[in-house]
Amino acid sequence: MAEEEVKKAKKEAIPRQKMPEQAPEVRRRNFKEVPTGYTPETAILEAQRCLQCKKPGCVEGCPVQVDIPGFINHIKEGDFTGAARLLWQKNSLPAVCGRVCPQEVQCEGVCIVGKKGQPVAIGNLERFAADYERINGKGELPPKAPPTGKKIAVVGSGPSGLTVAGDLIAKGHEVTVLEAFHKPGGVLVYGIPEFRLPKEIVFSEVAFMEKQGVKLECNSVVGRTVTLDELFAQGYDAVYVGVGAGLPTFMNIPGENLIGVLSANEYLTRANLMKAYLFPEYDTPIVKGKNVVVLGAGNVAMDSARTAMRLGADNVKIVYRRSRQEMPARAAEIHHAEEEGIEFFLLTAPTRFLGDEKGRITGMECLKMELGEPDQSGRRRPIPVKGSEFKMDCDLVIVAVGAGANPLLTQSTPELSLNKRGYIIADPETGKTTKKGVWAGGDIVTGSATVILAMGAGRKAADSIHNYLKWGW
Amino acid sequence: MFKIVKREEMAGGTVILNEIEAPLIAGKAKPGQFVILKANETGERIPLTMADTDPQKGTITVIYMVVGKSTALFKTLKVGEGYKDVIGPLGKPTHVEKVGTVVCVGGGTGVAVLHPITRALKEAGNHVIAIIGARNKGLLILEEQMKAASTELHVCTDDGSYGHKGFVTEVLKKMLETKDVKLVVGIGPVPMMKFVSKMTKEFNVKTLVSLNPIMIDGTGMCGGCRVSIGGETKFACVDGPEFDGHQVDYDGLMQRLQAYCDEEKECYGTFCKLNP
Repeated sequence: MAEEEVKKAKKEAIPRQKMPEQAPEVRRRNFKEVPTGYTPETAILEAQRCLQCKKPGCVEGCPVQVDIPGFINHIKEGDFTGAARLLWQKNSLPAVCGRVCPQEVQCEGVCIVGKKGQPVAIGNLERFAADYERINGKGELPPKAPPTGKKIAVVGSGPSGLTVAGDLIAKGHEVTVLEAFHKPGGVLVYGIPEFRLPKEIVFSEVAFMEKQGVKLECNSVVGRTVTLDELFAQGYDAVYVGVGAGLPTFMNIPGENLIGVLSANEYLTRANLMKAYLFPEYDTPIVKGKNVVVLGAGNVAMDSARTAMRLGADNVKIVYRRSRQEMPARAAEIHHAEEEGIEFFLLTAPTRFLGDEKGRITGMECLKMELGEPDQSGRRRPIPVKGSEFKMDCDLVIVAVGAGANPLLTQSTPELSLNKRGYIIADPETGKTTKKGVWAGGDIVTGSATVILAMGAGRKAADSIHNYLKWGW
Repeated sequence: MFKIVKREEMAGGTVILNEIEAPLIAGKAKPGQFVILKANETGERIPLTMADTDPQKGTITVIYMVVGKSTALFKTLKVGEGYKDVIGPLGKPTHVEKVGTVVCVGGGTGVAVLHPITRALKEAGNHVIAIIGARNKGLLILEEQMKAASTELHVCTDDGSYGHKGFVTEVLKKMLETKDVKLVVGIGPVPMMKFVSKMTKEFNVKTLVSLNPIMIDGTGMCGGCRVSIGGETKFACVDGPEFDGHQVDYDGLMQRLQAYCDEEKECYGTFCKLNP
């Protein structure tokens, strides 16, 4: 056997290192993070599984092209700070991405080791390196270019906005991030629950950016408190719009305004941003359902279902009109939800909500579905089964069937061209909109997608803004 | 922090006025718009329609009734202290134009919201008849300000302790019968707005009401403030807070306002015990 092959065979013998997790029966009733992270020893062992491919598919599979073999090699050698630094070159939020990226369809999905066995746990390693540096690092700031005297306003402090801010501050520009909520982080704070992404991590990433010179203005609703044109009048040279999708979608079926029917946006914002899970220590209340139904099967639906379980539900049902195969959530989220006792009612769709005399939800009428021909999304279209009506009791329904484009900012900016669904039209390569000096990216351009795709859009826009400030539109 | 520069107690301490430093909002706000206030780190986001703004001074004024934990907490804030967060201006401004004779009807703390709208309608050249009411004389607010803001003012109390004895709708009816009223603006408790709208519908007079449902973000993101307007679901925070009074499903709104009734009682009870 050639030396190379021996090396490869040895690597393959190391199994994928599992990240320790809180046991399902314990974690389903608390809001602490589920996986507890690698130890340095397990991280090094896992890093040894990487083949250090010459043409790494994983890098291609990453929307921001992180040097994956590079940072894994640092971990293998015990240089965790070096690993974190290398991650930062391409990804300003590695502790976040290590936790919430859909690795199975990106980097890990194309990992060569995964062809025969299980892929290298790239996400877990990314998380490890970022956590290690956050906790043990000296907080050394990344290098910064000399001041250019140019000012950029970033609207929205979610993943894409933070990426733009991080990139442009490093290039020597002045950056101000405007956030509508009273706390920064966007969907990372109001949407993703504590047990999946501790808020302390997001705030520490934001604090790190502020240390680098990024200015943050919360309570600033662009479109209301200030308009884009007013920002230019204030002396900003460029504006990046990364406001997220931000409009809840409802089912448009009878009874939807009953008390106890909430959008996932409302439910999760109460629980996460407002910390209603700590009520009455925090003042914002939340409906604590006993029989909870979550409509939809994406990540937001899983987050809602798992939150409801933690708030003391007796049972939580995911109701989804397609089959398991079409469920859009990350594999890890579905797995975690199932472990925690969330039930799945697939090929089921509600037709109306039922309430009592006080206007509170008591149940819903449903229909069974079967799958027909593929629709525009390429997924098989659900078709109602005749005579399959049945009733499901519930005291809380969380509607998590996607989001739309919030018109608050776009309505106040007529020069921004929108597509027919209300999303901003932006050049996919640069993020340039139809209004001079304005870029856009993330969910307000693509519709609901992932944290990392929003960050990828931010990265491209930051490059384009930098070029514009140097060379013009 | 958004500092409180002036504080007044009204209606026997049940209603509080706060003038707050918020120059960005003061420079932008128009009558009919609201702000969201959050007192401290653990506080709730509470929407309140502005009672006044002073762009020169850079201040906004809110007037609220103490009804639960959050407003009780607001009440403890003194001049020089302030709110951790104030967000706004939110919602659509009132559409102000010259139409002729306008009747502005206000009940309870709704009078505070009605005040800048009344003034704007008068400034636009309308003949503005204001009717304000309260349960009794002690609970009446902003009488002098409303007198100055309107062309003529009528006051009602439920118990007859001051002005006309009876509901604002009784005086409104007289106006509708005797004058060529083009527009009615009714702001107050939901039942009041419901009965004002019911009456103006009989006279076929356009009516605006301002709704204050339960809300979180105030930017159209959560849908918690949804109200049924002419059978269609609208978000009060971005589509309102003002709506055509004849189209509002008031009963649905009243029910939705009770969504967290038990939790509010629990929270308020604990607060009252700790802050007697």
